[in-house]
Amino acid sequence: MTLLQGVFVVTALAAVISAVMVVASPRLVHAALWLVVTLGAVAVLFILLDAGFLAMVQVVIYIGAIAILIIFTVMLTRRVMADSGSQANRAWWLAVFIGVVMFAALLALLAQMPTWWQVTPPPLAASADFMVKDLGKSLVDLDRYVVPFEVASVLLLAALIGAIVLARPPAETAGKTGAE
Amino acid sequence: MSDQWLFIALILPLALFMASVPIGLSRLLGPRKSNPAKDAAYECGIETVGDTWVQFKVQYYIFALVFVVFDVEAVFLFPWAVAYEQLQLYAVLEGILFILILAAGLLYAWRKGNLEWI
Amino acid sequence: MITDPFTLVGDLLREFLIGLGLKAPEASGVIAFLGAGALATAVLVLCFLLIWAERKILARIQDRIGPNRVGPFGLLQTVADFAKLLTKEVVVPSGADKLLYFLAPPLAVMAVVGLWAVIPLAPNLVGTDINVALIYLISIGAIGTLAIMLAGWSSNNKYALLGAFRSVAMLISYEVPMVLALLVPTMLAGSMGTVAIVEAQRQMWFVVLAPLAAILFFTSSMAEAGKAPFDLLEAESEIVAGYNIEYSSMAFGMFFVGDFLHGFTLSALTVTLFFGGWLGPYVDQYSWLGLIYFLAKTAVVYFAVIWIRGTLPRLRIDQVNAFNWKFLVPLALSVVVVTAVADKAAATLGWDRTLALFVANGLLLLGTVIALQLYARSQRRRFERTSLAAAPAPAR
Repeated sequence: MTLLQGVFVVTALAAVISAVMVVASPRLVHAALWLVVTLGAVAVLFILLDAGFLAMVQVVIYIGAIAILIIFTVMLTRRVMADSGSQANRAWWLAVFIGVVMFAALLALLAQMPTWWQVTPPPLAASADFMVKDLGKSLVDLDRYVVPFEVASVLLLAALIGAIVLARPPAETAGKTGAE
Repeated sequence: MSDQWLFIALILPLALFMASVPIGLSRLLGPRKSNPAKDAAYECGIETVGDTWVQFKVQYYIFALVFVVFDVEAVFLFPWAVAYEQLQLYAVLEGILFILILAAGLLYAWRKGNLEWI
Repeated sequence: MITDPFTLVGDLLREFLIGLGLKAPEASGVIAFLGAGALATAVLVLCFLLIWAERKILARIQDRIGPNRVGPFGLLQTVADFAKLLTKEVVVPSGADKLLYFLAPPLAVMAVVGLWAVIPLAPNLVGTDINVALIYLISIGAIGTLAIMLAGWSSNNKYALLGAFRSVAMLISYEVPMVLALLVPTMLAGSMGTVAIVEAQRQMWFVVLAPLAAILFFTSSMAEAGKAPFDLLEAESEIVAGYNIEYSSMAFGMFFVGDFLHGFTLSALTVTLFFGGWLGPYVDQYSWLGLIYFLAKTAVVYFAVIWIRGTLPRLRIDQVNAFNWKFLVPLALSVVVVTAVADKAAATLGWDRTLALFVANGLLLLGTVIALQLYARSQRRRFERTSLAAAPAPAR
């Protein structure tokens, strides 16, 4: 087993174990922090696949923005200092069963590829610098991804407006009707 | 390429370890006389009353959300910026359109008064 | 005269290790480990000097002398402070989450030391030359933000948590103009790697090509580092030290170290991205000159940081947020748009690039000043209108 394979096995185990801890942690804030560990492990997996840019995007967006948003909302909307007790509901055995079935199905699908058990990726066809440049060019190329690129900005705009509308205090409308 | 990341994979745990050593040292060297009054949570000198909880202020949520949106936008713009030199003018304008759409979102948040901190 | 000591030392070490029986990749790994250790140690030891320098300079700005008793010129004052901190009791608050409580300070320090891995110190002296260094900088900053959240929550203290929330809200707010400002050197250099950005400044430093972006990055980095005038999070008169209320002894010391080091690190980053890093006369022949140029430039920028700290009053939290979202972010977006258009126009129309970009920045600055004047005028008119309406008639 080479060093890279060893690192992969350790990272994959960390990702799986922390993912299980996310759903099994009794305290909600701990679950959010285990999520951070899972996201970090996925970023390391991206690095092992020679996708440095995606790994950094994973850390910046998922850990730096989304995990912080989750932690904010978890800490703000619950009395988390006193939060405890198992978060699982009665049907947890059904969830485990479905999870195992999905895993088996994915495994069967993957096993149809000829070299699916290889954990070292084949060498890159081009340098990493070229790939980021290529990604940039393809995002604005009229023949490639310019429409999804612009639609993504509209999607972000919709998310922003939606969240702002949702966060508007309900007392506003009540105040207006009360003043009349 | 992953060997470029080796240095980072080495310096991060090393820094973590090197910063933990003084803390461990002070745990060893410092006295350990804990008593309930000293360990109680600090509330400007008076006893704490009730559960420890923080009032929900919608500002935190709005700021975090606007930050997520602009973070994703910036991440989309980085490959565009890297390829900038080799792009034609129309491609540059497409990126500017991307920025302007999100600037409109910022303007909306501003006019709705959501960027105030109360 | 040794022309390139860094490569020389690297090669000597590699030959020595291979001579001991290691294979080539393992030798590289050992060298990387030694390099990482040397960099982390150098940076943390540098803190002693930095804290002394900051206290002395702040003292002079405030018309006093500063530490001058312990050691010559008070140089050993920081050593004495840390020796004192080492021997104090580590008071762990009751109900605190021990693992997270002790994880937060080293995490905060790691977030700052990790930044040095991509800063090129001299022509052949850089921790690692990843091509996504700028996003790496942002991601390590995000981990620092997480550390503050951990510190606030694990202290089991309402005020620590509140302080941590306000800190994190301010930090994530100021990340937006910082990230947008980082787009400008990327556009000008055609790469996100710090080594490529330094090399691209051989013709002209980026501070001349994009002065507004430099100011934006410098300002938002200072807010990220919690330096005045954005230091309301650590101000004693505010929320009583915020997220690190419940930290004592060396745990607090490590937060302190991380904070100070962040100030110096942001100076180093500003120098790398906008002031040409290690570039200077004769640096290609004698690469050790690059290290000297880099340290000198960083010291100048750090002096500016301390100067600003000692001069400007502290901003309130609502002023801080308004300044960010209503001024810095629109300005950052405008700078990116204007730079993109100006550079491409200069390239297609054949104008001189430096002149075109400088003029474009100047015009944007003019536009910003005019916008601010109009805004101030409208605010003043609104204030006069309301106060005139509310003021009673003068008594006879």
